[in-house]
Amino acid sequence: MSRPSESRVDPDVDLRVPADRAELTAHPAAVLGVIATGGALGALARAGAQAAVPHPPTGFPWATFGVNVLGCLLIGALMAVLTTRPAGPLVRPFLGVGVLGGFTTFSAYAVDAQHLVAAGVPGTALAYLAATVLAALLAVAAGDALTGRLLALRGGAAR
Amino acid sequence: MTALLIVVGAALGAPLRYLTDRAVQARHDSVFPWGTLTVNVAGSLLLGAVLAVPADPGITALVGTGFCGALTTWSTLSYETLRLARTGPRLHAYANVLLSVVAGLGAAFLGYALATAVAG
Repeated sequence: MSRPSESRVDPDVDLRVPADRAELTAHPAAVLGVIATGGALGALARAGAQAAVPHPPTGFPWATFGVNVLGCLLIGALMAVLTTRPAGPLVRPFLGVGVLGGFTTFSAYAVDAQHLVAAGVPGTALAYLAATVLAALLAVAAGDALTGRLLALRGGAAR
Repeated sequence: MTALLIVVGAALGAPLRYLTDRAVQARHDSVFPWGTLTVNVAGSLLLGAVLAVPADPGITALVGTGFCGALTTWSTLSYETLRLARTGPRLHAYANVLLSVVAGLGAAFLGYALATAVAG
């Protein structure tokens, strides 16, 4: 059982959280295995979204934008659950590090923006850069706040 | 085939993000998430290079969509920023986002320039 400490900053792994520090030596194959599996599933889902909503060289990369914002909403929700309810030691590595880490991507974000500049539409590049930052931060805060409220409601109903 | 290459690339990239993050954190004592910044900038550099020159679609799927895609992350970056804004000095949260975007974009341009220079 692992209950992330209040001091956590990094959801992938935070060495100031004792359970995180110990997990790799406790079960290295299982931890790395579920991260690899989750990462592959997340990447496939991202590739599916990018194939379904392709964007022209001068167009706004909506698929990657949507994937990143959705992933930020979900990591906020996931970490809110894991902070209040104890879960198995592989839940955060699988869902957080693997699935959501593999689903969202920073490299495509940066390179898409670079391509928009190279394609002669720096305004679209700037809008994409700023919109992703704004939407991602709003999404993670919303995922955290809404899930926290739902958990509090359920906790209240149980008493 | 493309899906299989994405799976292989991501199955390497995601654990490498985790291991790099651990290695970077083990070497300093700051709350600032240098580990995530490291993978995001490195992945942007590599993807910038891979997409700069016409490449085999298989290489793009394996190294680009799979490996670089899973090595880098927005979910981790956004959650770290939320936590920095709540627990630490606000400046750390702003700096984390600004540094990530500027360094990531710079790395993408650098990767592009290096690859086109090498490819002639």
